[in-house]
Amino acid sequence: MFEKTGVPSEKLVKSRFPNERYLNSFKAITECYEEIPCNPCETSCPFDAIEVGIDINTPPRVDFDLCTGCGICVYSCPGLAIINVMLEDDDAIFRIPYEFLPIPEVGMKVKGVNRFGEDICDGEILKVKEGKLQDKTIVLTLKIPKEYLYDFVTIRRLT
Amino acid sequence: MRKVDFVIIGGGPAGLSAAHKAAEAGLSSVVIERDDKVGGQLVKQTHMFFGSKKQYAKTRGIDIANILIGHCKAHDDLIEIMTNTTVTGLYDDYILTLLTDDVYHKIEAKAILVASGASEKFMLFENNDLPGIYGAGAVQTLMNVYGVLPGEEVVMVGSGNIGLIVSYQLLQAGVRVKMVIEAASQIGGYKVHASKIKRLGVDILTNHTVKRAIGDDTLQKVEIVEVDDQWNMIEGTEKIIECDALCISVGLSPLSTILGMLPVKMKYVGKLGGNVPVIDYHHETTMNNIFVAGDVCGVEEASSAIVEGSIAGLFIANRLGYKHPEYEKEMNDLTQQLENLRSGPFGVKTVEGLRELRGENDV
Ligand SMILES: Cc1cc2nc3c(=O)[nH]c(=O)nc-3n(C[C@H](O)[C@H](O)[C@H](O)COP(=O)(O)OP(=O)(O)OC[C@H]3O[C@@H](n4cnc5c(N)ncnc54)[C@H](O)[C@@H]3O)c2cc1C
Ligand code: SF4
Ligand code: SF4
Repeated sequence: MFEKTGVPSEKLVKSRFPNERYLNSFKAITECYEEIPCNPCETSCPFDAIEVGIDINTPPRVDFDLCTGCGICVYSCPGLAIINVMLEDDDAIFRIPYEFLPIPEVGMKVKGVNRFGEDICDGEILKVKEGKLQDKTIVLTLKIPKEYLYDFVTIRRLT
Repeated sequence: MRKVDFVIIGGGPAGLSAAHKAAEAGLSSVVIERDDKVGGQLVKQTHMFFGSKKQYAKTRGIDIANILIGHCKAHDDLIEIMTNTTVTGLYDDYILTLLTDDVYHKIEAKAILVASGASEKFMLFENNDLPGIYGAGAVQTLMNVYGVLPGEEVVMVGSGNIGLIVSYQLLQAGVRVKMVIEAASQIGGYKVHASKIKRLGVDILTNHTVKRAIGDDTLQKVEIVEVDDQWNMIEGTEKIIECDALCISVGLSPLSTILGMLPVKMKYVGKLGGNVPVIDYHHETTMNNIFVAGDVCGVEEASSAIVEGSIAGLFIANRLGYKHPEYEKEMNDLTQQLENLRSGPFGVKTVEGLRELRGENDV
């Protein structure tokens, strides 16, 4: 199905998540499952936590013990295929890349969207990071209910 | 007539990289570009590029163009960039005819690099000439270079990387992308691009094509139809979709027509996108001192165009007596980069195509 729709299976998605006990701080989730010639995730991580390796076509693998959740990979991936996530009480807190106008503001209520593009939950923007480093790929931090940990992927665009 | 050492036809990533490497070795060049600015396809690309650091991955296409232009400007004593100038003729005595602002002139070179890129393929269907039907390149030029929207509701044809990326750029511009249709049974481009538009609500319909366009003066609707795995239309599956723009992105073919004026050996290689010149490992055609690099010798990526241009620039400089101080090291590194880029499943087509081109399959 992935080949026909662009929606990865639940199994594929979960294969890139660490055990939930790692999620008391931000960890990088790479939604990049295919062999493509690309490696900025590896070269931009200051902690050597992402490995692509000599063959630039190998999909990235994250070492969750090395990943500090710094968030640099989120805006460095040209495929916008990396998010950060952590769990806090009943919330899942995500950092996602975002390239649309208008830019959401802190405190704003937004709709959480799944990999099919459907609205699934409510969320709240906690932080908006834009600057020279982000180079127009804004990083949004937001919280959603924990139960959508494996379903949430982005937010509904503001109009 | 003006006589120079090295003429480069086309100021895209391949041409600019060749000029830069040649200049590093001490060879002067004239880059001829028909557009009013150099950069080629890159000037329309607002997204971050793939590849590795050496080919400026994660930098936006337009910014890569500016980096490459900067490299050339740093050698402006050796590199002359001639914009608004089209190469109209290329003769076997190494003379080129050029057209600048309606004035014809001639230039003679010792070596010539053709880096003219590729042109878009189009599709045959009823009413395919209605206003509102565009190639993806035109949509990008309108939108990203001139800030003009092609329409309000678009149907995209083709799910290769270009179709997927242009769909994303249309969404960013506030256009509604109603769907992407694809005749093959699988998505053609990188899945990261497909997932990115799917989660924004755009469906990709595989095994579908356009049957006809409908509209009086401009496009109002398109009729799409399901196709089987041999691309035969399945009767009774037609659907009418309302839209005011149809964007065609069904591939590129090498813009190699100018080479037809020279006695160089050409070959049709489907895997490289069409008619391409037969070349050796240094990108020299069967005619001495006539070289090619970039999409014109096989449609690929900017990353490979940059590397190919650099290889050709180094080699040509050496041929004309200007050896780069680190020639062997640079050449090995570039050759390695090219191999690396092509080593995955998306590179197989190019590797097989090149093998076919060089006749290495004929045992
Ligand atoms: C939507 C889209 C997305 C892309 N995304 C990526 C990506 O993420 N990563 C990547 O690596 N690549 C990407 N590419 C591909 C990349 O842009 C091309 O492969 C690359 O630009 C080819 O470089 P080139 O120098 O061979 O040709 P071009 O960039 O096409 O340049 C050729 C130049 O030659 C000029 N020219 C042609 N004929 C003449 C003539 N007779 N006289 C004078 N001038 C002439 C043209 O005007 C043009 O400026 C993308 C392409 C598109 C369309
Ligand atoms: S979040 Fe930071 S440490 Fe973790 S993988 Fe990304 S760049 Fe590396
Ligand atoms: S940078 Fe992004 S698209 Fe490229 S390999 Fe890494 S995760 Fe995949």
